[in-house]
Amino acid sequence: MSSILQSSMTECHPASVPDFTPVQQLRDLQLRRLRSVVARTWQHVELFRSRMDELGITPDDIRSLEDIAKLPFTKKTDLRDTYPFGLFASPMKDIVRLHASSGTTGKPIVVSYTQEDLNVWTSVLVRALAGCGLHRGDIIQVAYGYGLFTGGLGAHYGAEALGATVVPSSGGHADRQIMLMRDFGVTAMCCTPTYFLHLIDRAAELGIDMKKLPLRAGVFGAEPWTESIRQHIESGSNIEAFDIYGLSEIIGPGVGCECQRHTGLHIFEDHFYPEIIDPDTGAPLPDGCEGELVLTTLSKQAMPMIRYRTRDITTILPGQCECGRTLRRIGRIGRRSDDMLIIRGVNVFPSQIETALLQTEGTLPHYQILLTRVQGLDQLEVQVEVTPEMFNDKIGALQELHQKLQGSLDRVLGIRVRVSLVEANSIERSEGKAKRVIDRRTS
Amino acid sequence: MKIHQISLFAENKPGHIAAPIRLLETEGIDIRALYLADTEQYGIVRMIVSDWQKAATLLGEHGYTVKVTEVLAVEVLDHPGGLADVLGELDQTGINIEYMYAFPDVRAGKAILIFRFADPDVAIERLQTAGISLLTSDELLKN
Repeated sequence: MSSILQSSMTECHPASVPDFTPVQQLRDLQLRRLRSVVARTWQHVELFRSRMDELGITPDDIRSLEDIAKLPFTKKTDLRDTYPFGLFASPMKDIVRLHASSGTTGKPIVVSYTQEDLNVWTSVLVRALAGCGLHRGDIIQVAYGYGLFTGGLGAHYGAEALGATVVPSSGGHADRQIMLMRDFGVTAMCCTPTYFLHLIDRAAELGIDMKKLPLRAGVFGAEPWTESIRQHIESGSNIEAFDIYGLSEIIGPGVGCECQRHTGLHIFEDHFYPEIIDPDTGAPLPDGCEGELVLTTLSKQAMPMIRYRTRDITTILPGQCECGRTLRRIGRIGRRSDDMLIIRGVNVFPSQIETALLQTEGTLPHYQILLTRVQGLDQLEVQVEVTPEMFNDKIGALQELHQKLQGSLDRVLGIRVRVSLVEANSIERSEGKAKRVIDRRTS
Repeated sequence: MKIHQISLFAENKPGHIAAPIRLLETEGIDIRALYLADTEQYGIVRMIVSDWQKAATLLGEHGYTVKVTEVLAVEVLDHPGGLADVLGELDQTGINIEYMYAFPDVRAGKAILIFRFADPDVAIERLQTAGISLLTSDELLKN
């Protein structure tokens, strides 16, 4: 055992041991599990079996990890089309939990768990949180929504199993969140990064210095975020910000997480097998190439996902992390392939708008992108909520702010944008995640 | 000498001013003066109220974007030339008015001018030197 491995392992929770499995042993385990999950899904999920039939393959054709590329993809629409229980591979009597997406765009997506699945979910969260340097004795506030959304309960059970003290504050009520953080001496927060930015701003308004709280870590996820958001979080508080990745279709939060080296997110590969593909052709891409992340659940029982297309754009980082974990890493996800907007032929990502707003104002106000079509021409409007920090009671100063935002968005996006200043809290939020894009173009 | 004024950001849409005003009224906060500065898209509601701290907290808690600014109040006789006299004297002091508004105090036969200056402390000093008397917060709210 190398010294780096020893020193890293001693810092971690006992549950983190699988993070350091020798690579060949990990690959053997993955292949065994892949063959088993494919056989099970083929046996119990009709949609998967019929797609295998169309391709003329059976589970016996999977003899190596590379053979995974022979398997059909699963898409989000498959979950909608088989609503509610069509992709379940376990009988209802074995299913102990259901979660669902908010379903703002039609039918929600339902996901299910057996007790074994919940145990796996909890174990990967323990490994994620331990990798962020958290342990028994930490007081962890979980400000993800509790309920049908996977964020709250997922993080909750993980933090509890880690041995930490959990404050299940759920989402919303910023003033109360800040009061709990201060009064309970909370040392770590789990929430969306933009919600934490909001808490920093609100604490300042309340005259509370976030830097004087015992808070030392934040585990942020459930939405793509950028390095500039990390810098704002870390300069506005004394915390170390960690990126955690997950999606309900795969298990919820805890598919991958940054370690203290902050050089990408380790995927808990013994349970979730990552691939990167070309989003247009579906062809597998080698490590180091940017493309769409595809995940296969290797151990999930209730609702296994074979080659699920996440729509998240990233890279599998080549080489091993200095922390000693043998788990491969993905780069931070800054954008999603289905986030890309094509406006008058120009590609626009919401993350660019975020960067422009942060650079102009030094704080991230809530914003929303509104797309309309007027006389056949796409119009992009960015509505920005006026926060107390931005607000000045002179009309001239507001107009100046307006022009500054306008100029910086035009520059970053390369197209003409209409900026509107709107009242605070007038943009709809769901599950602590702001709904960023409203597309009213009818094609 | 300095008066606390509440400024509220509002979109220029029907009903967007009524709701916060009603909120203040139901909490028993009196609005002594109100002035609306607007553009096509949005506006700023500036108010002098009976309890500015309570008003700011209340509006903030209800999610409104509020700022408290310090303004100065000058009382003049409500007759032709009253305003021009004060403005003339202000001119002499060389301080720049960021914005101003006026409202009458009909019973007293006077008008009250509200001024926002970039630096209210400098303004107080110069106005007093020029012999212009400023109303205190209590005097302004007494009626």
